[in-house]
Amino acid sequence: MDTVQTSGQELVIKGIAAAPGIAIGPAYLYSKHVPLVETKPITPEDVDSELQRLHAAIARSEKELQKILSFAEQKLGSRDARIFEAQIMILGDEILMGTIDDRIRKELKNSEWIVFDEIGKYKKLMLAASDEYMHERAHDVDDVTNRIIRNIQDQRLYSKLEGEAVVVSETLTPADTVIFSRNMILGYATDLGGVTSHAAIISRALKIPAVVGLRNATKQIHMADSIAIDGYAGVVVVNPREETIEGLRAKALRFRQFEEELVGLADLDAETPDHRKIELSSNIEFPEEVEFARMQGSAGVGLYRTESLLLGRETYPTEDEQFEVYKTVAEGMHPHPVIFRTFDIGGDKLAPDSYHEENPFLGWRGIRVMLDRPELFLDQIRAILRASNRRNVRMMFPMVSKMREVRAAKVLLARAKQELTERGVPFDPKIKIGVMIEVPSAAILAEEIAQEVDFLSIGTNDLIQYLLAVDRDNSSVAALFQHFNPAVLRTIRMIVESGHKRHVWVGMCGEMAGDPVATVLLIGLGLDEFSVNPAILPEIKKIIRSVKYRDAKRIAVKILSYSTEEEIKEFLASTVKNKVPQIPFE
Amino acid sequence: MVEREIIIKNRTGLHTRPAAMIVKAAARFQSDFYIRKDAFEINGKSIIGVMTLAAEQGSTLYLKFEGPDEEQAATAIVELFDRGFDED
Repeated sequence: MDTVQTSGQELVIKGIAAAPGIAIGPAYLYSKHVPLVETKPITPEDVDSELQRLHAAIARSEKELQKILSFAEQKLGSRDARIFEAQIMILGDEILMGTIDDRIRKELKNSEWIVFDEIGKYKKLMLAASDEYMHERAHDVDDVTNRIIRNIQDQRLYSKLEGEAVVVSETLTPADTVIFSRNMILGYATDLGGVTSHAAIISRALKIPAVVGLRNATKQIHMADSIAIDGYAGVVVVNPREETIEGLRAKALRFRQFEEELVGLADLDAETPDHRKIELSSNIEFPEEVEFARMQGSAGVGLYRTESLLLGRETYPTEDEQFEVYKTVAEGMHPHPVIFRTFDIGGDKLAPDSYHEENPFLGWRGIRVMLDRPELFLDQIRAILRASNRRNVRMMFPMVSKMREVRAAKVLLARAKQELTERGVPFDPKIKIGVMIEVPSAAILAEEIAQEVDFLSIGTNDLIQYLLAVDRDNSSVAALFQHFNPAVLRTIRMIVESGHKRHVWVGMCGEMAGDPVATVLLIGLGLDEFSVNPAILPEIKKIIRSVKYRDAKRIAVKILSYSTEEEIKEFLASTVKNKVPQIPFE
Repeated sequence: MVEREIIIKNRTGLHTRPAAMIVKAAARFQSDFYIRKDAFEINGKSIIGVMTLAAEQGSTLYLKFEGPDEEQAATAIVELFDRGFDED
């Protein structure tokens, strides 16, 4: 976005507010790319720790490659998988690795440089060969080099991140965000990404202020620069002046006061003044969030993203391992319901880094993956069923685009139930199942789908992306990702009506459900359940308790007559400001 | 020291799988093992080295073994080349 140079050294970079809060501290620049490898001298005392780091990086690289290899064998066939086998053999090449160790000891240079230089010799020879086959091998050798170097740098990074810092990077994967959260991270600032990117969602869940979509912040911010993140306004200030810092601290206080005002709401129902009750639940990713969700006054968990279980793992968890985690979540929320969304892998989430799809969002993800891998799906379904014994578990399938997928999932569910019955394991035989409506074809078929299940839940993030043909993580078009686009609103109305026609309840678990500007409209459209980030839940509850259903319906009718998103947004913002003036809007 | 001269017989040359077989076989012996092609010599116990040879069908390699079990090592490795690495 635009950058504004103010007086002195202070620099304001505008981006997108992704997670609320103010963070002030030194910048830590984090890069996933392998940068130009520079040669740096080390002291003889550094040699041991340098070798340790190198060996840890090699072990880590081998683990990664083993995972990729087993994935490649299943998905690509053994021919393509052989490439990774060769890479693993190179990592195990004792002559090569011995030479690298010796050179570090003798030449006293950083391990990245020695790895780059030593393996580079072979690469040069391969590139000098005349045949295409050898050129391809040179690429493999390059991949191995980059993997080792990246892992050495990760090792350095984790050891450096002991102090408090604001992480600045081009982009963050969900796994990065989680790893960082274990350290003292004050906030995140990223060049790429939008408000619905997974890194943003996780930052909000972990209550770490974040600003994304800063375009070239990584070029403007240097290591250890003092920076301030304003996660309310979506602004990063480099080298902030004293007044700026004071202003931001005052702002943080103002927001905290409003949050305190909301505390008393936890025990109250999400009910409109004219007594329409709405099930206001939380979206969670990790079992640790259950406590926070309860504290915030959730009526349940409307979306438990089970794929978080796979983060940082080499293998799929077994049925028993999954059951242990699921039980914690179900018990933790009891008697309130928990909707378990079955693994939504693929897309931008958890595909191994070797598996590239031209168009991952239109590719192998969600229920498509799980139906192709019925043994994994059955493990998960059985684990969820076992956690359902106290009757507060529901199950939901993501990325459904056709009826056949719903029916196939139900067949597997029946089989899992039968297997558990045979094993004599208790579960809820009447477990409620639902489908996430997030693909336009599913929205159009919502009425038929509703006949097969007990509830529908609208996943707005993907639905909007597919409906408007906008990649929410592409900052060039992210501005087109608008949930107030009239086409989106009419689609939501259609889904709600389809569900109600078949007497199933309709909820929403996408980001839109947690946008305070949208709440009145969504009540008016007849949604039965909202599942939101627990951090924002009290605010949404406050709005629900302030607006009559009768008025909301009238407002919804009016809004659906508008044909541009600008009119809708303006009208809604002024409506909410009227009804709930205390909300400190940005 | 034992030296042998061999010609690559198998169709696809010294690609990854044969290279791995050579390295694995050589690892069973204590003797040092070097392979020379043209003016270029690599350590025969290093997979990346053997891969780098880019030896195609018909090319000539010079094998050099040095150590207490050099005779046995030479026999085992030459046999691998003779069998064409069980390709087909």
